[in-house]
Amino acid sequence: MLKDLFPKKKRYATITPHPSSRDKVPEGLMNKCKRCGEILLSKELEKHLKTCPHCGYHFTMTAEERIQVTLDEGSFQAFEDRIHTENPLEFPGYLEKLEKVQETTGMQEGVLSGSGTIAGYPVVVAVMDANFIMGSMGSVVGEKLTRAVERAIELNYPAIIFSVSGGARMQEGIFSLMQMAKVSSALARLAEKGLLYISVLTNPTTGGVTASFAMQGDLNLSEPGAIIGFAGRRVIEPMIRQKLPDEFQTAEFVLEHGMLDQVVHRKDMKPLLATVLSLHAQGGSL
Amino acid sequence: MAVDLPFEKPLIELRDKIEELKKFTEDKGIDMSTEVATLENKAQLLAETIYKELTPWQKVQIARHPDRPTTLDYILGISDDFVEMHGDRNFRDDPAVVGGIARFDGFPITVVGTQKGKGTKDNLYRNFGMAHPEGYRKALRLMKQAEKFRRPLLCFIDTAGAYPGPGAEERGQGEAIARNLIEMAALKIPIVVLVTGEGGSGGALGLGMGDKVLMLEHAWYSVIAPESAAAILWKDATLGQKAADSMGITAQDLYRFHIIDDIIQEPFGGAHRNPAQMIAKVKQAVASSFQELMAYNYEELPALRYEKYRHMGVYTEDTL
Repeated sequence: MLKDLFPKKKRYATITPHPSSRDKVPEGLMNKCKRCGEILLSKELEKHLKTCPHCGYHFTMTAEERIQVTLDEGSFQAFEDRIHTENPLEFPGYLEKLEKVQETTGMQEGVLSGSGTIAGYPVVVAVMDANFIMGSMGSVVGEKLTRAVERAIELNYPAIIFSVSGGARMQEGIFSLMQMAKVSSALARLAEKGLLYISVLTNPTTGGVTASFAMQGDLNLSEPGAIIGFAGRRVIEPMIRQKLPDEFQTAEFVLEHGMLDQVVHRKDMKPLLATVLSLHAQGGSL
Repeated sequence: MAVDLPFEKPLIELRDKIEELKKFTEDKGIDMSTEVATLENKAQLLAETIYKELTPWQKVQIARHPDRPTTLDYILGISDDFVEMHGDRNFRDDPAVVGGIARFDGFPITVVGTQKGKGTKDNLYRNFGMAHPEGYRKALRLMKQAEKFRRPLLCFIDTAGAYPGPGAEERGQGEAIARNLIEMAALKIPIVVLVTGEGGSGGALGLGMGDKVLMLEHAWYSVIAPESAAAILWKDATLGQKAADSMGITAQDLYRFHIIDDIIQEPFGGAHRNPAQMIAKVKQAVASSFQELMAYNYEELPALRYEKYRHMGVYTEDTL
């Protein structure tokens, strides 16, 4: 090739910053909205409960952040489930992956659960964390959720589960699938006891979590734009050889099709939960 | 026409050769009977080696065999007076799920199950046994009816999974399966579940919570179909074999994991090689499961079911 005869000379020396210098930049001072592209100061973002003040985009929250903005200050008491994930199928690389995620998230597993109050009303709350292997449900996630529901039954408290999940955790195979049955069984007991269960489906809630406890609420709530579905778009599109519209499987779409009670802006979530809790505080009898 | 599986090829070739020799003996009048006998012996040994040590992936292929008995074959084969019931009373009748009432061993039961088709046309009609939400809702309607009349419930599972399509999503595939799980947990009737072929994910579990869960010897049951697992884990659906071999999906695995209660042995080479024998064995297994469960006070069954599912999952716990 002619081009090869004229090698392109670099006009400038390239300098790669030393990895350690990168860490010196104050972390997360600014954020860019994933939808409208506006630059947002972290403080501003925090003030708006991690939603974009310009377009209303809802950023992902960690389980801890969710508890902070939902429960009354200082009321949360975590359930100390000292349970640890195993590798029942001896799936290659699973425990290593787990260790890495535990390091980056500082969490043992993908659920934070405990009791607390919302506007003074006692509740048991369990929150999944998207950063923990996509919020996927393995044995420990299922066990922690089941124990949380069982504690709600013991305490005679309503239960609220905030879900976020890619679905079942592949690496735990059939054990993962059976968590759907286990958590559902506990929620069937909660229902039998006449206790309230509110499911809040956050972005994204898909697969086996949608096909079990996330869709079993007395109220199913979600946040604007959250993706909610059973099969993912990437599975459906090749199957039907068509591109699906952008709004497919958004919370608004799912609301329109009758699977949700409300789509609620994050700033309105706590007040709504408080109202619903207050309406159930007398156990339904006048 | 019989369909042969790839791993059966050496056996098929050997059997063809035997046929050839037999024909030769007939046509030419030359006695080859010793050779035939030797080869037949060899074929028998080869068959035993192949079928005794089937890999998970080979079992998946047997479980998907087009001639494998379907749910309707079992229902009609093990019960009398089957009255099929259609529709979810909301949207439409889903042909991928069949159900109704029947007489089993003299007592009335409710049966539901996913239904695969026979041949291309029937399979298109049955959507290859992949149910839509209305299929799960039809099943639930029949389950609640079973509870009303205190009839035991028998569920058949043979599905690659719940159908992943736009209509299924619009009508709440997730909600439909979720509803079945919470309702099946509380049903005050005996529930026997049979995984006869494929047990694909939530689509299987949506009909699969029971007091007794049995699997046929070569059936598979997993969180996801092997090809889909490979697509997610390694971004390559052709690695289905690798996924099948590493995910613990066979009846033997699930029995070892205490996920299922029993395994029903299949005829030599798989259910499709002797459907009548398979159906008889299924009938026997169902009968003894119901006998055991019908001895309970039905009010107690949800608590027992709770205990069963409560213990599923593997983790370690710190002792304080």
